[in-house]
Amino acid sequence: MKHLNITLWGVLPYLVLLLFVAGSAWRYRYDRFGITTRSSQLHESRLLRVASPLFHVGLLLVVGGHVIGLVVPESLTERLMIPESAYRANALAVGGTAGLAAVAGLAVLVWRRLRTRAVRISSRPSDRALYPVLAVVLVAGLVATLAGSRSGDYDYRLGVSVWFRSLFALDPDVTAMSDAPLTFQIHTLAGMALFALWPFSRLMHAFAAPVGYLVRPYVVYRSRGSRVDPGPGSGNGGRSGSARAAGRPAAASHAFDGQRRG
Amino acid sequence: MDDYYEPWTYDYENLTAAPLGDDVPTAPPRSLVDGRPTAVTGGPNWDDDLGGGPAHLAGDPVLRKVSDDVRLEYENAFMFYLPRICEHCLNPSCVAACPSGAIYKRIEDGIVLVDQDRCRGWRMCVSGCPYKKIYFNHRTGKAEKCTFCYPRIEAGEPTVCSETCVGRLRYLGVILYDPDLVGEAASVEDDRDLYRAQLGCFLDPDDPDVAAAAEASGVPHDWITAARRSPVHALINRYRVALPLHPEYRTMPMVWYIPPLSPIVDALAGTGNDGEDAGNLFGAIDSLRIPVSYLAELFTAGDPEPVRDSLRRLAAMRAHMRRANLGEPEDPGIARSVGMDTAEMQRMYRLLALAKYEERYVIPTAYSAASGTGGDGCGCSLDTPGGPGMMPDGSSADAFHAPPKPPPQAAEPVHAAGPGGDDPPGRPRRVNLLNWNGHGRPDGLFPPRPQEET
Ligand code: HEM
Ligand code: SF4
Repeated sequence: MKHLNITLWGVLPYLVLLLFVAGSAWRYRYDRFGITTRSSQLHESRLLRVASPLFHVGLLLVVGGHVIGLVVPESLTERLMIPESAYRANALAVGGTAGLAAVAGLAVLVWRRLRTRAVRISSRPSDRALYPVLAVVLVAGLVATLAGSRSGDYDYRLGVSVWFRSLFALDPDVTAMSDAPLTFQIHTLAGMALFALWPFSRLMHAFAAPVGYLVRPYVVYRSRGSRVDPGPGSGNGGRSGSARAAGRPAAASHAFDGQRRG
Repeated sequence: MDDYYEPWTYDYENLTAAPLGDDVPTAPPRSLVDGRPTAVTGGPNWDDDLGGGPAHLAGDPVLRKVSDDVRLEYENAFMFYLPRICEHCLNPSCVAACPSGAIYKRIEDGIVLVDQDRCRGWRMCVSGCPYKKIYFNHRTGKAEKCTFCYPRIEAGEPTVCSETCVGRLRYLGVILYDPDLVGEAASVEDDRDLYRAQLGCFLDPDDPDVAAAAEASGVPHDWITAARRSPVHALINRYRVALPLHPEYRTMPMVWYIPPLSPIVDALAGTGNDGEDAGNLFGAIDSLRIPVSYLAELFTAGDPEPVRDSLRRLAAMRAHMRRANLGEPEDPGIARSVGMDTAEMQRMYRLLALAKYEERYVIPTAYSAASGTGGDGCGCSLDTPGGPGMMPDGSSADAFHAPPKPPPQAAEPVHAAGPGGDDPPGRPRRVNLLNWNGHGRPDGLFPPRPQEET
């Protein structure tokens, strides 16, 4: 049991992290063409229009909640005089709602992926692995949140979070995690599976979130010779000096005066 | 998908594999999306000619704006085609809409391209292009669009659509313009001013100041001479017969059209008039089968004057040339009535009716001046012996007809690949892991082992 615990909570996280980082770097370098959301809107848009935003918005809130919950130590919120009860109520209200939204969104997405033939056929093997894992992560997380707050017996911020931070101190606190309730353990394990899958699935698209769009000029100019710069997302070039005095598009003009000839 | 049509193929195998029977086997249609039998209900060019008439006329947004009662009598119908490609706009909204910055306008030649390695499939360009000229590839999850056949253009060859047009209707050439004026021109208040505003962005390559400024900003000399000989420049600026398509979209489109003179000559002759007489023709322009107001909605945001001017010039050219062909004395009044002189009229006729290949497509080859980040004066490193621009046989002049090579990348002297290897060492090859079956070592997954490198 001890060895299993060390493997799961002391070694596996680092392997997953390595796979996640190295895999993403490899994918970025060798398969940039493959990084896309692989939208299935063309095959089915009615359900997608509702479910995808529901899932994503819920998920982004959940991710934000994780950052707060895992990174910010309990001592800090205590110092800020945020009572534990308020923290929990907030986590339950925001986190629970967001989690519900994400789960509901995912349920519809999975449903349409299975039931719409065109979407099912366009799914890749990586999708087949991704959706179950995603579902387990979300459901286990939601159960942990809802159940945990009701009984109030387990404070993950004194357990899971401590373990999480200890990972980055390169001194994994294995007992903090092995003492956690099963739902948390399942959630964490599935979460690791998700990060391991990340570089090899459509989840890579999350890295492509177009932040650069906010600051770049509207029209991107690029020189024929310029290579793709390694920075993700945003445009390079921009409205730069090189296009100053006289641009030179080869313009086409079509005359369709066919009947003048006929 | 339902708004377009479901791509399909035919089950040709059934033709040979069907068991022997009394019936001739057929090749039933199969959906290319999900492989199931499908009923073909739409397709590319499905609505051509009269096919979609009854269904689509009612929805024609241009027709709705036109006040004339357009006659839709089928026995009177004649076909008027409007081939549309990407406009390679000066102010491309697809570029502006792309969250990833994957779509860009090339500085050298203005071609608007999608960088397939940067596209992440957000699909904003699809809704962003008012001309509906970006397509989403549902297999690769990437946006695709007309590339203006850029490898051909770089080699000085016309686009395939131009070269293969049996009507020889398409013209290609260089237009010099001032990018600093584009933003202003695209934001003039009145839609109807957009045509003239765009004309205002174009520069006259015969003006020595323009030529000097262009050269100073790095436009190669042969591009400036090409701009002077550009048939497009002549049709747009000199003769003013070509007009932009839907300028009211404010993207400053760069594929311009010459409006059609619908068959009026026969109609005039039928009423006992001389159908080729300039005066009669001018009078008839306002009662064309395709109303001027309809054309104006297409080409000038509803301003009939430029369309009328263009049609009058075409009609005048027709009358002028008839006199010439019949050996009648020239009537300079015809040309003058549309603001031209007879020599100009002759030249316009030459360009529209007789122009040979070299006159219709004036395309300078890939710019030899400094391109890319290399700064100035580095020449074209692609053409240095062994550079990626060189073809295996060492001739770069006819590069276009050489067997396909990986696209030359950048002004960066990459050394020639070893014998047999197409990929210069050090350049990453793409591997799509999702297609990897898990067995063996896919090519390029890892950097080559040392002993493989020779
Ligand atoms: C931060 C930014 C993100 C953006 C902008 C984003 C955007 C998108 C877009 C545009 C699609 C395509 C929807 C379609 O048309 O089919 C998509 C699909 C998807 N995204 Fe995201 N995403 C983000 C983050 C994430 C994260 C963090 C996850 C999961 C951990 C995720 C999971 C998914 C899944 C599973 C799909 C497929 C949905 C389906 O078609 O079944 N996304 N995303
Ligand atoms: S026509 Fe559409 S796709 Fe082409 S440049 Fe203009 S906005 Fe972009």
